[in-house]
Amino acid sequence: MSDQSLTSSAAAPTPSNGPMLAADGTPLKKSLNRALRRQKTRALMLIAPLLIFILVTFIAPIADMLFRSVENQIVSETLPRTVVAINEWEPEETPLPPNDAFEAIYRDIFVAAEEKTHTRLGSRLNYETTGISSLFRKSGRAVDDVGERYVDAISDALPDWKGAGPWAVLGDAAHPALPGYNDAWKDFARVSTASGDDPATEKPWELLFVALAEELRAGALNEYDGPLGTELAQLSTALEPVAPVDYRAAMVEVDEDWEDPDIWATIKTYAPPFTPGYFLNAADMKYSADGIEVKQESERLYGMLFQRTLLMSLTITLATILLGYPVAFLMANLPMRISNLLMIFVLLPFWTSLLVRTSAWKVLLQQEGVINDLLVWIGLIADDGRLVMINNATGTIIAMTHILLPFMILPLYSVMQTIPPSYVRAAKSLGATNWTAFWRVYFPQSVPGIGAGSILVFIVAIGYYITPELVGGTTGVFISNRIAYHISTSLNWGLAAALGSILLVVVLILYWTYDRIVGIDNVKLG
Amino acid sequence: MAALPPYTTLGQRIWHYTFRTIVGLVLFFLIAPILVIIPLSFNAENFFTYTPGMLALDSEAYSLKHYRDFFNNSDWQQAMRNSLMIAPAATLISVGLGTLAAIGLSQSHVPFRRAIMAILISPMIVPLIISAAGMYFFYSRVGLQGTYLGVVLGHAALGIPFVIITVTATLVGFDRSLTRAAANMGANPVTTFFRVQMPLILPGVISGGLFAFITSFDEVVVVLFVGSAGQKTLPWQMFIGLREQISPTILAVATILVALSIMLLTTVELLRRRSERLRGISPG
Amino acid sequence: MKLKTTLLATSVLTMFGGVASAQMANDMTIVSWGGAYQNSQLKAYVEPYQEMNPDVSVVWDESSAEAVAKLRAQDEAGNLTWDLVDVTAADAMRLCDEGLAMEVDHDEILAPAPDGTPASEDFGDMIVSDCFIPQIAYSYTFGYRNDVAEWNGNEPTEICDVFDLETFPGKRSLERRPHNNMEWALICDGVPRDEVYDTLETSEGQDRALAKLDEIKDQTIWWTAGADTPQLLADGEIVFGSTYNGRLFSLIVEQDQPVSMMWDSQSYDLDGWIIPAGLEEDRLARVLDFLYFATDTQRLADQAKYISYGPARKSSAPLVSDHAELGIAMGPHMPTNPENAVNSFVQNYEWWADYRDDLDSKFQAWLAR
Repeated sequence: MSDQSLTSSAAAPTPSNGPMLAADGTPLKKSLNRALRRQKTRALMLIAPLLIFILVTFIAPIADMLFRSVENQIVSETLPRTVVAINEWEPEETPLPPNDAFEAIYRDIFVAAEEKTHTRLGSRLNYETTGISSLFRKSGRAVDDVGERYVDAISDALPDWKGAGPWAVLGDAAHPALPGYNDAWKDFARVSTASGDDPATEKPWELLFVALAEELRAGALNEYDGPLGTELAQLSTALEPVAPVDYRAAMVEVDEDWEDPDIWATIKTYAPPFTPGYFLNAADMKYSADGIEVKQESERLYGMLFQRTLLMSLTITLATILLGYPVAFLMANLPMRISNLLMIFVLLPFWTSLLVRTSAWKVLLQQEGVINDLLVWIGLIADDGRLVMINNATGTIIAMTHILLPFMILPLYSVMQTIPPSYVRAAKSLGATNWTAFWRVYFPQSVPGIGAGSILVFIVAIGYYITPELVGGTTGVFISNRIAYHISTSLNWGLAAALGSILLVVVLILYWTYDRIVGIDNVKLG
Repeated sequence: MAALPPYTTLGQRIWHYTFRTIVGLVLFFLIAPILVIIPLSFNAENFFTYTPGMLALDSEAYSLKHYRDFFNNSDWQQAMRNSLMIAPAATLISVGLGTLAAIGLSQSHVPFRRAIMAILISPMIVPLIISAAGMYFFYSRVGLQGTYLGVVLGHAALGIPFVIITVTATLVGFDRSLTRAAANMGANPVTTFFRVQMPLILPGVISGGLFAFITSFDEVVVVLFVGSAGQKTLPWQMFIGLREQISPTILAVATILVALSIMLLTTVELLRRRSERLRGISPG
Repeated sequence: MKLKTTLLATSVLTMFGGVASAQMANDMTIVSWGGAYQNSQLKAYVEPYQEMNPDVSVVWDESSAEAVAKLRAQDEAGNLTWDLVDVTAADAMRLCDEGLAMEVDHDEILAPAPDGTPASEDFGDMIVSDCFIPQIAYSYTFGYRNDVAEWNGNEPTEICDVFDLETFPGKRSLERRPHNNMEWALICDGVPRDEVYDTLETSEGQDRALAKLDEIKDQTIWWTAGADTPQLLADGEIVFGSTYNGRLFSLIVEQDQPVSMMWDSQSYDLDGWIIPAGLEEDRLARVLDFLYFATDTQRLADQAKYISYGPARKSSAPLVSDHAELGIAMGPHMPTNPENAVNSFVQNYEWWADYRDDLDSKFQAWLAR
């Protein structure tokens, strides 16, 4: 409306020929465009603070969750050397990776154990292959001793190398002839600094001895011209008679599981920074070196839970239609005064705390609860034949139907209010029976209300957590409960995020449908 | 409809009463669970069920001890204080930002209106557990997990769709010629907003605010994940109570909350009527 | 002269400044389990400590069950809100492994026994991790209603009676996780006690345990919180159920319900404190001050006045006296009492750390069917 009036008032002084001009003499089209642009900017300025707020406090968290469902950097961050060493290895051809990989994993676990990140990685990989958790914990404890003979040889040859001094000198020099040592030193310096210590005075790690010894044995001194050259030469001589460390044997001695091809295959499979593993797990599949396979029957859980969540939400939606329709119908056809009174019965539960209503159902549905007591007292059931209505699917369905019923009645009522009673009267006067008039004339007009209510109830039901948790037992819980479990108990956040993402997609599809049928703008409250 | 016309048949009569009985039963189903807990909250025993004494209306079987427990227990009091701190703060944010945005959205030319609307309404549509999980992960990264601010921001986000919906609904019926009239008579935009627009959309703003308030006040899942003990709210304490140490104090709290919801309900209803009346007299 | 006063003032200021920085924070957030157990901590050492230090206020957080997850989130957020966390030994190991709990020198921060024995010796092998400060030994055990008419006067005496629906009909409650349940099922399926964990490592062994549990699955309510079983027993919703022995004690002795204990094959576990890694100085100072007091010989013995968990210190055992209100001797109600300890076993934490994920998904899939 406002544009029209704007046009007419601005158009008044325009001469009849040539481009229409606005009051200030600019062409009207331009002036209108400017007004429109200004209007758009003003609207956006008003919306912007909230939009930014929602993007930061709400959309970003959702995006973060989606990211976590595929993120897998922990493997390459904790085991950088190993990931490189097994890059070329093909598990199908040789069951175990080359010996380099064992040296790499020794070094990686050594550093990770100092940082205390090895067990975190162990827990992460244990989701995929049972036993990795303790393998990493055990290895973290024993890994100090792997290079013992090098440590002894160096400390015996030059006792002051037990202290920090020479190691820091070598580390600061960062001579290109000692790449392996420099690498270990970087980790040492980083970890010491992170815990507030000065790497130049800290007790050197065994790993530094081992890294240096390996460099010296590989003939690094031939090209070395950095500091402490004479000492290094001395050390090189001292190390000559020492038998080389066989890292593979050493790691197997730490734990024989290092000879298990499954362990290595798992590390290889989960080495990339992003993984479809969580999503496959959420779909009851397993992602391993052999590819993707469906889990054994006895281990499939999520398919069933999703199915159950959908099925129970559907049941609840149907129940709310059955119970809500008559109520909305009667209220729409009663005088305003009485229907407003009845509305209290609908709105009071709507406004009452969810936990209050859930506790009420707990009180009512127990075997020793109010309903059973009543039924026994009436004599409908025997005292030892009390009904089991809680801690199962029945409990969840009853309580959630009650909680969601207002969400059905309110949209139904608002649609029914708009149906003119004259249509039904006309049908009746044309000879329709009450039933025909209702079914052929009234009902079709109330279908949009059913649609709106159903999608609303279904969307809310599908993501419910609190009520199933409190009254659902084991057979009445939803996928949400499993998501909460993985967040707070099993700590498998990736899997929780993947399950959440799937649920989110289902809800968004429903939301889109709702928008197509009802329109988001037409949601009404109270 | 109240009285049946004289020409109704017996069948119609039976149906008429059966139908009303069915509706009556459904309304009973809606209200009974809430009413049933009220007497239980006066139970003198520590049980969740009606004792024989209560059924015999023995005055000794009733007591106020669970209410005393609620008011004397520091955990419950702390939870109540937290609820009363978090909910108004979250409501202020949602109402402030939400009303501005709703006014913006109600302009005639808003680019990407549908997309913006979809984003603003999304906190209502996304299942709580997903919102909570997302906030838990993200707020952990940015240092908001376990802080008042984190809980308030999370609750404000959840309350915003309600403000948007109720305020835009009031603005649909708002007659724009009123603001133009004000401008014509020399009022600047700010005066126009506060003197003309605001009083008319105020009922929508308040009821949106009440929705936002109750959303935060009643919310468990997000606070359970995003909050820590310091931010334990009333619903959280109730959730623990139901899961951990089942005590009838919960029922006393529940009764208090029911009283509170009756108050809120009445307010919203009065506001709705006022808004209808105001719109009734506005021209156009 | 002026210089002197300035100097004096500065030094006084520094002194006060020094005092201020060494001062202890006055707020403490203690994480525990809620219920009777938290109450015993409150009565035995938190309240006495607050009496000595009236400025100290304590916020309780009943989040011990989710301690590992929440601490990990707090760590990621860099926002530590907890000061002291009560966790099971298994979780303490996990937290220590992840670097989320502070490693402590037990002899340095804890009081020695009254006879001077250092703390590490007094606690002995209860110290299962460098971060773990033990408080109590508890057990998972069974309680049953002793007024069930259908039982014809029989009372369950051994673990396999849980699976005997003919002699002992009625609903049971078991914990909604595989721990202990799998062990009990295998024992009752005829697996020798020392082979239980080896058997459980195999897929066949797991199926065997689940098949045994299948026999009572229809009659079982699965609990998640320690308060569930006592409440269900009191309400008569179940006739037989597992929970922590202390919760059963308060149900039987304090609330005088018609319920009895069945100690056979109880499964031991430990519970204690950890200090979150990275606490600020003043908060840490407060926590250490509190811990020194709260874990001394007398306080741990006092805790046993309120709940029937065995104190973790050897020196506390002889001091365990009578119940605080009822005046009955607590000794016979302790899980460690020789008469109760027949057939008991200790949960294998390390084993569960490996098999938890795998067994749990299998167990939950089984439950949901």
